[in-house]
Amino acid sequence: MRYLPKSDEERRQMLGEIGAASIDDLFAVIPAEYRLDRDLNVPRQQAESEIVGYFRAAGQKNATDYVSFLGAGAYRHYRPVIIDALVQRGEFLTSYTPYQAEITQGTLQAIFEFQTMIAELTGMDVANASMYDGSTGAAEAVMMAVRVTGRHKAVVAAAVHPEYREVLATYALHQGLPTTLVGYDAETGRIDLGSLEAAVTDETACVLVQSPNFFGVIEDIPAIAEIAHKKGALLIVSIAEAVSLGIVRPPVEADIVAMEAQSFGVALSYGGPFCGVVAAKEQYVRQMPGRLAGQTVDGAGNRGFVLTLATREQHIRREKATSNICTNQALVALMATIFMAVYGKEGMRELAEHNLAKADYAAKALAAQPGARLRFKGAPRFHEFVLQTDEAPAAWNRRLMENKIVGGIELSRWYPELKNCTLWCATEVVTREQIDAAAKVLAAAPVEA
Amino acid sequence: MATINGNPGPHTLGKVRTHPTQNEALMFEKSASGKRAYKLPPLDVPAVDAKELLGPAAREVRAELPELSEIELIRHFTRLSTWNYAIDLGMYPLGSCTMKYNPRVNEFVARIEGLAEAHPYRPESLAQGVLEIFDLLQRCLLEITGMDAITLQPAAGAHGEFTGILLTRAWHESQGNPRKKVLIPDSAHGTNPATAAFSGYAVENLKSNAVGGIDLEALASRVDEDTAALMLTNPSTLGVFENEIHKIADILHAKGALLYMDGANMNALVGKVRPGDFGVDVMHLNLHKTFSTPHGGGGPGSGPVACKADLEPFLPIPVLVQNQNGTKSWDYDRPQSIGRVRAFYGNTGMFIRALAYILANGPDGLRQTTEDAVLNANYIRKKLEDLYELPYKTPSMHEVVFSDKRQAVHGVRTGDIAKRLIDYGFHPYTVSFPLIVHGALMIEPTESESREELDLFVDAMRSIAREAEEKPDLVKTAPHSTRVSRLDEVQAARKPVLRWKRQGRGRE
Repeated sequence: MRYLPKSDEERRQMLGEIGAASIDDLFAVIPAEYRLDRDLNVPRQQAESEIVGYFRAAGQKNATDYVSFLGAGAYRHYRPVIIDALVQRGEFLTSYTPYQAEITQGTLQAIFEFQTMIAELTGMDVANASMYDGSTGAAEAVMMAVRVTGRHKAVVAAAVHPEYREVLATYALHQGLPTTLVGYDAETGRIDLGSLEAAVTDETACVLVQSPNFFGVIEDIPAIAEIAHKKGALLIVSIAEAVSLGIVRPPVEADIVAMEAQSFGVALSYGGPFCGVVAAKEQYVRQMPGRLAGQTVDGAGNRGFVLTLATREQHIRREKATSNICTNQALVALMATIFMAVYGKEGMRELAEHNLAKADYAAKALAAQPGARLRFKGAPRFHEFVLQTDEAPAAWNRRLMENKIVGGIELSRWYPELKNCTLWCATEVVTREQIDAAAKVLAAAPVEA
Repeated sequence: MATINGNPGPHTLGKVRTHPTQNEALMFEKSASGKRAYKLPPLDVPAVDAKELLGPAAREVRAELPELSEIELIRHFTRLSTWNYAIDLGMYPLGSCTMKYNPRVNEFVARIEGLAEAHPYRPESLAQGVLEIFDLLQRCLLEITGMDAITLQPAAGAHGEFTGILLTRAWHESQGNPRKKVLIPDSAHGTNPATAAFSGYAVENLKSNAVGGIDLEALASRVDEDTAALMLTNPSTLGVFENEIHKIADILHAKGALLYMDGANMNALVGKVRPGDFGVDVMHLNLHKTFSTPHGGGGPGSGPVACKADLEPFLPIPVLVQNQNGTKSWDYDRPQSIGRVRAFYGNTGMFIRALAYILANGPDGLRQTTEDAVLNANYIRKKLEDLYELPYKTPSMHEVVFSDKRQAVHGVRTGDIAKRLIDYGFHPYTVSFPLIVHGALMIEPTESESREELDLFVDAMRSIAREAEEKPDLVKTAPHSTRVSRLDEVQAARKPVLRWKRQGRGRE
């Protein structure tokens, strides 16, 4: 086997030195009745060329030559090639969690830079080293708010990504944490502030909203914060589209931000691995989940970095830890770090502007087609929009597919009241030509008899 | 002392010789206004006025991200990378972490365009390729574990534990009583008790017996109708196989409790014995340990959960199903499901890598891998047991745990020995874990080490044992060859500096 650096002769010699007659001696402790006395029924050993062939064929079966207007929590942005060139360096790729700081300063400094840039973008004081993804990050942020406030109820906006809400429901169920759902305004798509005000009580630990929300609409964070804070509840803002922070005002009134950083140079990869992150106001740092890198000095006064505040974590605190998280998304966070650095202060703005412009053009082009209109026009959007059509989406989506275009995703799957509504996304990688083509297909509804 | 090319250089120690690394500031300190590492194509749609479109929701002040050119970024991250130790540089004997070789073909195939660029909501008709990968990986993992059903959704080991305990809970609820507590041996990983607590269970610790295993009598006396499960790591964190595992399962099952297995140490079992065959009801795997997906400096991982048929109805949604025409799709209509544990379907990129690893091995390679992992651990044990205290003499599987008892008399502790290993060109072993061994040295070589590398490690450990007697201060102040010496962790925690700030800059 090509990954195993031993000859059979070396194996025999080593067994001899151990004093074992055969390898079976080393497994003798396993009761005979459980030992597997046959080959595993898995495919036979393959050559590298066969492995590449298998996955290439699978990739082709997936069909790559489609234009896509899908977003909804997973966004296609251009990935600068230096990201993969750098993260595939073995010193990053094949290194462990940097507990041994003296020989992992590279990873630690990169995490510190990640934390800094996330804090800068979100308007929070501190950010952690990453969480599994945006959904679990949001759920853990809610748990964090429970610890901070000592309260045990959460208020959640219906326009938070439905799958994030499902994850929160799973996490909250066994924590004795009832959640109240607050609907959205039918005109603006924003959280209904009146309902929110009624839902938040003195027992509310936190209000969780997403912005831009699942409909692509930017929430009125200052107004929501005021309602939450008036009752002593924390405000958690979930951000599923990190690039929006280039141009959308950061949620500085929030107490905790739970972000998905997939947009920062992370491949879609059919939904993972992505990169969650929790950022917060400084006073809450000791209740944060996950790893934190901090700056310190060595014996000679050299600057260095270590994982710190570990007394929050499971390997020290066990059942009293702030979370059970151990492995996070380090290498993906490194991708995001490089992405943020490539675009930098000016580029992040310019990139976000391109997204804003493409989506604005796409929204107008599609809504201009007969039988089509934009929903939620009364509030600002980033790069997603909701289109409502007279014709059933299944019908025009079929036409789009024939033209190798994947249109918006149907919202009735999660919001039955949003009949014939679809969620579209146009990032900087979508071209005007592609938008025009989609609009043309959309317009070509069969004439009703 | 070993030499390089026969010449004992002044800086040569065993397999290493020092060479300079480059200093590198934080990106923010190198930034200069006007430098660029990007170029966007011309905008092919009309430009928009952000202020007009977004109103008060527009960002006023740009985030203080660095401004650097591409070559500076390449050098920045390349220089940082050289400050890391890595499997690619040498043995990484972290016990319980299974730091094995991460095959490069895994990285290559995970980046194939049709897979890497697949949107999770693309129509299933355009996702059959990736769904077939899910399906084949699921079938391989079920065969390897001997279990009946599986979910790939959990993002890491601890996330898998959470999922597995929720399955346990849901099953108990379906039997009429969710029960109240989870039993956890004192040798367990910290994630186990944290997970049980996170899932709403009381944690009851189970003291290990004289050989570091489960004390059957103690177990029998503790398991009752309030016990939901025992979370067992097998082989244990001592690297010891619970040879009375069937009795453990029987004791639990007799009271209606389930056996959860933490699959962290599956690298000792693959192809040799299957948890499903020895009474495990539910377990998680760590694809980033056993199945070679890279640790990446702390993640991403992947923690599939496999279970017996009884627990299948409770798996997280969605579940992969095969349609009558042979195509595959996601089934969301699972009324008994515990719900989702994350958005989308899991860390797909890791599934591709793990499957590539399984294909590269085949049944014979997987078995040989396990045998070599166990052979290597036993070889190290044999070569060091005269100098390092072996607190448990029970046979070792894939890892061996010593204690610092003999070195401690000279004031040298396991953490010191670990730091001194760095000077010899090795990453430290796992320090002070498992907790049941005072001053533990937990060593897991994995199958990826040649005899030559193992011998160098043994030489280093033997040399350090000598140093501990003769020059204890040298060990206690190690490492001496790194860019930074021991860092002040107390200061880091007392006055946390968790981000860079420009001196004297106001906040937005």
